[in-house]
Amino acid sequence: MSLIRRIIRSSIGKKYIMAVSGACLSLFLLTHLAGNSAIFWGKDVYNAYAAHLHSLGILIYILEVLLALVFFVHILVAVMLYFENLGARPNRYEVKKNGANNWNSRTMPYTGLIIFIFVLVHLVNFHFGERTVTTAEMVREVLSRPGYAAFYLFSLAALALHVSHGFWSMFQSMGLNHPKYNNFLRYGGLVTALVIGAVYMLIPMLVTLNDKFLR
Amino acid sequence: MKTINLTLKIWRQAGPDAQGSFQTFESGPISIAMSFLEMLDVLNERLINSGDEPVAFDHDCREGICGMCGSVVNGEPHGPEKQTTLCQLHMRYFKDGDTIVIEPFRAKAFKLLKDLVIDRSAFDTLITEGGYVSVNTGAAPDANSIPVPAPKAEQALDAAECIGCGACVAACPNASAMLFVGAKISHLALLPQGNLERAKRALGMVKKMDELGFGNCGNERLCEEACPKGISIRNIARLNREYMRATFCSDE
Repeated sequence: MSLIRRIIRSSIGKKYIMAVSGACLSLFLLTHLAGNSAIFWGKDVYNAYAAHLHSLGILIYILEVLLALVFFVHILVAVMLYFENLGARPNRYEVKKNGANNWNSRTMPYTGLIIFIFVLVHLVNFHFGERTVTTAEMVREVLSRPGYAAFYLFSLAALALHVSHGFWSMFQSMGLNHPKYNNFLRYGGLVTALVIGAVYMLIPMLVTLNDKFLR
Repeated sequence: MKTINLTLKIWRQAGPDAQGSFQTFESGPISIAMSFLEMLDVLNERLINSGDEPVAFDHDCREGICGMCGSVVNGEPHGPEKQTTLCQLHMRYFKDGDTIVIEPFRAKAFKLLKDLVIDRSAFDTLITEGGYVSVNTGAAPDANSIPVPAPKAEQALDAAECIGCGACVAACPNASAMLFVGAKISHLALLPQGNLERAKRALGMVKKMDELGFGNCGNERLCEEACPKGISIRNIARLNREYMRATFCSDE
């Protein structure tokens, strides 16, 4: 127990917690992305995928609880870090020049907050509530409303921005930084963010632009 | 010699607990061959001659190797030139009519003493927590009796270039000292002499770093850009590894 307490209390321990939980969340993002891609093959394939997931029974509940736990840890430690960091510089600078290309890292707490709100709305849309229609119909119903479609697109852009820093950052935090593969990690992170953002965003765009999609 | 005229907006604060504010000065003609600190010397001469309080700033060697000088100039620690300390920054990098905002390095762990002078003894405290090697040196050893691979020696020397000026802390949005600690941990852990106490050193220095009120590293890379010695964040990655290795694999 004292080991865990020591890790949580230390700055580098918290860094590792953010990196490991971030890695788990990235894996979830990719799994969810692969699953959601069934939607591009039409409503029957997509509904079959949803039915398959539900047929996992108790297993899916266990995974949901674990995922919620990882989310909780990632957010809790992020909030702790945010306030500790505010305290580390009580007096602000008059002029602050932010170096090249760090606006994704600078906005991590804010994109994180947007993602948190998005996850709540997304869960209310698709997870909680009564299930009277098929999953494909639910997707159409929610995303055909322009307000929701715009909110989904905005949040997914924030997600892509979050991942564009997070992917490289988690390797750096775990101590993986070497000229042999640094470029791969840096650009791999950008490509991953781009792919995640583009594929997820394609769904609300298709619903909005294509009247025959999922019908 | 070409001269330029500048507007200087400088942070003035009488003491650690006094209320500070910016004071604006006209520099008068400044030779572009002057260093930044010489420009401040000219200003201070004038202030002293007219009976005003000169601007307090830190400096020592004025050769870019001691780590005493440093202020945030137009939002950048040590000013706009890469890998240059403030004393080695020359006025030829500024244009006639420029306004220059000069602020102290700001961090909770660096107490402001007066104007641009800060107390960096938090770095010294960090060094006392393991930033050294405690071995009985005995008589002078034969050359090459301890083998050190050349690339490792190079990396250790790159890390050892750190002059402890605090620009990394000043540049970090979270006022984190991880580049400094990373450099110190690296330059010792990479060499056989420092290898023996690496676990104790990593745990001790990180614990002290957190206690002193430095912030957390968010991998924003601004420290590396501000560092006058070009210390790489690869040293922070090594610090992360060293700390975890010490936490899980050592007896400390």
